[in-house]
Amino acid sequence: MSSAQSSLSQPVQPANPGPNVWLVRIAQLRAWLFLCLLLIFFETWARYQYGATFLFSTFNIQSVTVYAVAPLLLALGSTFVIISGGIDLSIGFIMGLSAVVSAHAINMASGYLPPFPAMLAGIVAGVAIAVIPGYVNGLLISKLRVPPFIGTLGMFGVARGVAFLLAGGTTVPVANDWFAALGNGRFFGFPNVVIVTILFLILMHYLLSQTRFGQHTYAIGASEQAALRAGINVSWHMQKLYVLSAVCAGIGGVLYAARYTAGAAQAGEPLLLDSIAAVVIGGASLFGGSGSISGTVAGALVIAVIQYGLVFINVEPFWQFVSVGVVIIISVLVDQAQRSIGGGRR
Amino acid sequence: MAATQPLLEVREVSKRFGGVSALNGVSLTLDPGEVVALAGDNGAGKSTLIKTISGVYQADAGEIRLNGEPVHFATPEAARGHGIETIYQDLSLADNLSIGANIFLGREPKRKAFGFLPVLDRAAMAKAAQETMARLDFHVTRLEAPVGNFSGGQRQAVAIGRAVYWNAQVLIMDEPTAALGVPEQRKVVSLIHTLKAQGRGIIFISHNLQDIFAVSDRIVVLRRGSLAGERRIAHTNHDEIVKLMVGG
Repeated sequence: MSSAQSSLSQPVQPANPGPNVWLVRIAQLRAWLFLCLLLIFFETWARYQYGATFLFSTFNIQSVTVYAVAPLLLALGSTFVIISGGIDLSIGFIMGLSAVVSAHAINMASGYLPPFPAMLAGIVAGVAIAVIPGYVNGLLISKLRVPPFIGTLGMFGVARGVAFLLAGGTTVPVANDWFAALGNGRFFGFPNVVIVTILFLILMHYLLSQTRFGQHTYAIGASEQAALRAGINVSWHMQKLYVLSAVCAGIGGVLYAARYTAGAAQAGEPLLLDSIAAVVIGGASLFGGSGSISGTVAGALVIAVIQYGLVFINVEPFWQFVSVGVVIIISVLVDQAQRSIGGGRR
Repeated sequence: MAATQPLLEVREVSKRFGGVSALNGVSLTLDPGEVVALAGDNGAGKSTLIKTISGVYQADAGEIRLNGEPVHFATPEAARGHGIETIYQDLSLADNLSIGANIFLGREPKRKAFGFLPVLDRAAMAKAAQETMARLDFHVTRLEAPVGNFSGGQRQAVAIGRAVYWNAQVLIMDEPTAALGVPEQRKVVSLIHTLKAQGRGIIFISHNLQDIFAVSDRIVVLRRGSLAGERRIAHTNHDEIVKLMVGG
């Protein structure tokens, strides 16, 4: 055996063995760890300052989860888009558009249909309308090679304008008991919107981690060339990603209209940045190639806990922006550090 | 020699891009278990030739025969379907995925979870990865690690492993040793010996005459889109090859 042969017969270790595995594990769990630390912090503060509990109050837990629902729905779609190396800035106003359209659709359908089918018509209309801007986004980005940031920024403006035009510059009230029950009712003590969101996030987790669609999303984020050469239809895949992202925003919009029994064009305006922050805090890289649904869920909960917790301990609300901003920056720094220690993944 | 049918036969292939003639009636044969090195200066037509063989370009004239049958590949996928696999310099791997996921990228196997839910069969991918890499004399211990964590030579082996798993009969390797350190280059050279012993045909493009002489059986030299000469390794030396390349 030549020396070259014998060196080959050695077991192959990754070039950076050891700490890497742990770093990757910690990266996956870091948002959950951070969430635990936050909960411990608020619990301790509440006990010492007010002699009350933060964590063991059903009311608080419900408020936090209901608060987390809307940015989480946007963030679920964004997780896919960001893993593929793109970004979708239009989801906030697509959510508003869907909220307005579903409210109008229910009001119109109520003239011809009993309340329950009228509600269904509204839900379908709200989600279906989201497909149009999502499809156009995908077309711009995959076929016409417009950078995602610019393409979806344009759609941000278009969706915003159309949503306000359809709403006539105001909010559109809905009178439908079924719809109100969807947004505000409970099922075995759990808010309906939370149940719907949990079912949807399980579906998204399955899609990302267990299907070819998810696997190809990761591959495209790592290297579009590699995906192309492996025979993946990259442009059609991108098209689907942006439709998925818009549909998530559409569901968010419908649930918003159900919760407030009104459609508002500005429904998603403050949620865009929160949802991207949730994805990033959850361990996704804006360079693409990494991220997970579990991380995004933790990221959305981190933001909700900070926002609700600060109100709970009586801190001025403006500190919410400061603390969420600081958390985003820390997450990105941790991500950079892991990248340079972990090597390989660029 | 005449008794065995060549694996791949390129006959008088020409390719033009507008007014530029990139290939001028170039012929090349490749036998099973043979390594043919493609040498030539920049712009000699090496890449055009391999891209014509692998279906990226279509020849304007001439024909390509695989196992004696004339073939026309409209796309690289079609060539791959016939067992012609190209391993590019930048490797075409997804760094964030495991070896198994890279081997199966675009054709992932599935299984049914709980008897009805289709999910990716990661266990099957890991097992195939281990077996395939073992066939290349690479014994992988950490199958779940993303390939970005492996060294250049190891990644080259993964790219070759993917081709081997899908049963490539003709492997076209574009500068497989260019981006590697010396010990890693030696690994790739011995990988090529392993592939050769398995009866696959290899077309090997390199600027490094040392590597060419270490692994190939024959050298085909191109110059300005034409065949400048063809030599058996046993009957030539560095000087002669360099002269053919520069046209001295």
